[in-house]
Order: sequence, then structure tokens, then C-alpha cells
Amino acid sequence: MARTRRKRPSGETISTPEKITVTLTVNGVARELAVAPWVTLLDALRDRLGLTGTKKGCDHGQCGACTVLVDGRRINSCMTFAVMQDGAEVTTVEGLAHNGALHPVQQAFIDHDAFQCGACTSGQICSAVALLSEGRAKTVDDIRELMSGNLCRCGAYPNIVAAIRQAMERGQP
Amino acid sequence: MINFQYARAADVADAVRQIAGDPTAKFIAGGTNLIDLMKEDVERPSRLIDISRLPLKSVEETADGGLRIGALVPNSDLAYHPLVERRYPLLASAVLAGASAQLRNMASTGGNLLQRTRCYYFYDTATPCNKRAPGSGCAARYGLNRIHAILGTSEACIATHPSDMCVALAALEAKVHVAGASGERVIAFADFHRLPADTPERDTNLGADEIIVAVELPGRGFAAHYSYLKIRDRLSYAFALVSVAAALELDGDTIKEARLALGGVAHKPWRDQAAEAALRGQPAKRDAFARAADAILRDARGFEHNTFKIELARRAIVRALSQAAAGAPQSQSNKKIR
Repeated sequence: MARTRRKRPSGETISTPEKITVTLTVNGVARELAVAPWVTLLDALRDRLGLTGTKKGCDHGQCGACTVLVDGRRINSCMTFAVMQDGAEVTTVEGLAHNGALHPVQQAFIDHDAFQCGACTSGQICSAVALLSEGRAKTVDDIRELMSGNLCRCGAYPNIVAAIRQAMERGQP
Repeated sequence: MINFQYARAADVADAVRQIAGDPTAKFIAGGTNLIDLMKEDVERPSRLIDISRLPLKSVEETADGGLRIGALVPNSDLAYHPLVERRYPLLASAVLAGASAQLRNMASTGGNLLQRTRCYYFYDTATPCNKRAPGSGCAARYGLNRIHAILGTSEACIATHPSDMCVALAALEAKVHVAGASGERVIAFADFHRLPADTPERDTNLGADEIIVAVELPGRGFAAHYSYLKIRDRLSYAFALVSVAAALELDGDTIKEARLALGGVAHKPWRDQAAEAALRGQPAKRDAFARAADAILRDARGFEHNTFKIELARRAIVRALSQAAAGAPQSQSNKKIR
């Protein structure tokens, strides 16, 4: 993309940078894309790669709907720029099932009816998958505390906690 | 969010060179606060210098029995580091009291020190704010100031510092290692953050061309008697109305050494050595804790909606010191306050 010039609201003219090529391994597949620096990882996943399972809720790191795993750690994909994640391995909710079988956390959410409208669900599930691999949660209080970054405005929390307990007790495959 | 240029720093010297060469540039590490402020148009950097790949991610023991924490150690790694858990549980507890698991995975140690206030008016570009737009006025002073400061305020600003981690670092007397164009220096934690006075736009004494490279903890960790008690509007994932970092060293029932720092009440973590001195040599009992609370809060002054914080702080201090003395620190998981 050619270097262009734009005006800020202040009237000051700045040159915008060329798009930057980044490589992300998303759900096991290497994806190369050219993005402007201000494209968040969330927008890159949804708008550039068509992976709309990850949801944009608040877009300010307050709701957790955009939670994905980056190099195995759960993060808010709205609070990082795609250019900063060049070379990273990203797992979204689309990448959790294997060979047609749901991830145990996904199955547990179904078993326990752990969602209503579903807007927070992919973030809840990605967050719960990480919570299990972190291995810090031992009690229901721990689950509630370590899942507090994922809000559910429908209030499905009791069933979400029950689903995570089930996945925790059955262990990771 | 405005458009901006993006560059990576090759090493610390390169980071310093890049920031010194462009006063409208900003460093980005975890990004959890800066990106939010950019989306709100509060921060408008022309260029982001990405320091997240610099080799500042280790926790190392120092020669005098302390720890040196790299500026890019994520909050979660810090809280769960075996040496931090064992020797500085007050710090681990404070870190886990803040934010969410996702944000703690992203947020860096140095970035936590440089968090901006969550004052509503600082975020709202339609209102005056001396911190965001120096000289424009303070909308909080006569506005909705329930979350605001009760200590160390000025005519210009009544904002609070939002960090939990920093309250523990203040109590532990950490040191901040910084690098700049004129070399490296060490800043005592008490001197790192500033009171607002008439320059609330400056949160810290970090120079414009300086970068935090590490936070150093001294050997004394108060692992036997500590508590971090955070009071907030919901049980998790909310900023403190009042928080207390309490740490004691006891000789039987007598207090040998005491540390007391407050969060959510001032423009910086609030520590008062007179209150700590009042605890030394005293029996570790409620009367002494109450006197320390009176001492640290002696100049507290509320505004229209936050006067409740003074009594809340008084009670939280007594409770946190009682928990510390009993060796029964506040759990950051089961939030029942005992």
C-alpha cells in the first residue's frame, strides 16, 4: 500500500505508515496478513481472517468476550495490536474442537446449559480452557475469581461455574 | 483512535534513543491501559515504540537477598513466581487483587507503575481535566467524586492512582531502576509517583526519555505477617475504593517493624512513616492499629461524595493489621473478610 497523507481532526497532517505484514499461526494454520498498526488482534481475527467466533463486546478490556489464547495464555484480543503479535500462536474458539469432537469445556457448557444469548460464550470458553491449563483454580471460589474477567449479562454464572467444575473434575484430555 | 506509526525497539538503548528523538511517541508493552486510552482519544501518540520483546522478563535474586523483577515480567508471572509467593506474598496478593486473569497475562510490571488514573473526567474528553488538558480545570472536584482521593489532593486534581501492585511495592520499599539518555538511575518507590500539586499531568518522576528496566525488592518480605485488603463495589475485577497493604514483624506480641500503605485514596500509594513509627514497640493489638489508622488519616479530607472513604479506610486499616498480626491474610479468592 502506498504511503498516504491524512489529516488529524486538529488539522495537522501526518503520514500514515504502510501496512505491516505479520504472520500469525491461528488455530494451527500460518496466516500472513498486511495490517495497519492500529488494527487490534480482535479486528484482525474477525474482519481479516473471518473468524467471527471471537466477539467484540466492550472493546475496552472490561468484558472478556474477545478472550483468545496467545501462545497458550488467555488475553483480551481487543487490547493488543495485531502487529505486536507477529509470530504468535493464536487459538480462538474455532480452534478448540478436534476431529469433530468438542473440547471438554465446550461439551460441559452444553451439558450445563451455561449460556443464554451466547454473546459472551466463546470468551467464557476460551478463558475456561486457559483456567484449566493454568491449574490455579481448586475451589468454586477460585473459579469465580479467576473467571471474573468474563462478564455474562444474562447472568448464567451458576451454570458457567458448574460447567467449568465438570471439566475440571473430568480432567483435560 | 488516531492513526500512528509503529516501530520495535531493538534493545534498551535503542528504545531510549527512539523515545528521546520523538516527544510525541510512546512506549507500548502490555498495552492494557494505553490502548484503552487511545481508543478514548485521551492518549494520541504519533508513534508507538514496541518494547514488549526486550529481554526484561526475568526475576533474579540480588546479592543482598532481594529480588530484581524485569520491567516486562507480566503481572500473572510475577504473582505466581515461586520466590514471590514464598518471600513476598503481600506483593503476590496485591497483584492478584487487581484486574482479571486476561489482563494480568498482558500487563507488565513497569506498565503497572505507569497506569493512569481511572477518574471519569480524565477519560471523558468532553469535560475539563487538568491531568489530560493542563489548565482546563477539574470536573471531579465538584462533580461525581465518589471514587476520588481523600489524601494529598490539590486544587488542580483529586484523582487516585489505580494500582494494587504499587501499594504493596510502596509498603515493601521497592526501588525502580530506570535507563535514560544520561544513563541509569534508581528511584526509591516513595519518590517514583508524584502528588498532583499544580502539575497533575505528571504522574511520576520518570523522565520523558527514560524507561523502567526493573523493580527491585529488598530482602525483607514480611512473609509471616501481612495482608492486602481491598474494598471495592463488587467482589472482583473492580478498582479499589480503599485498599490496605499491611506488613508486620513481631517479637512475641510486640511489633518490631511495621509497614502500612493505602491504595484508592491518593494520587500515589499513600505511605506514612509516622503511622508506622507509632506501631513500633507497641503490642500488636487493636488499640495500636486504631492509633496508626488515626495517624495515617489525620489529614484526610473528603469531597461531596467520598467522605465515606475516611471511615472505610480507618476500619480497613485496623482489619488488615489484625489479619497481618494473626498471620491470616485476606484471601483474594474467598472474599469474606475475617
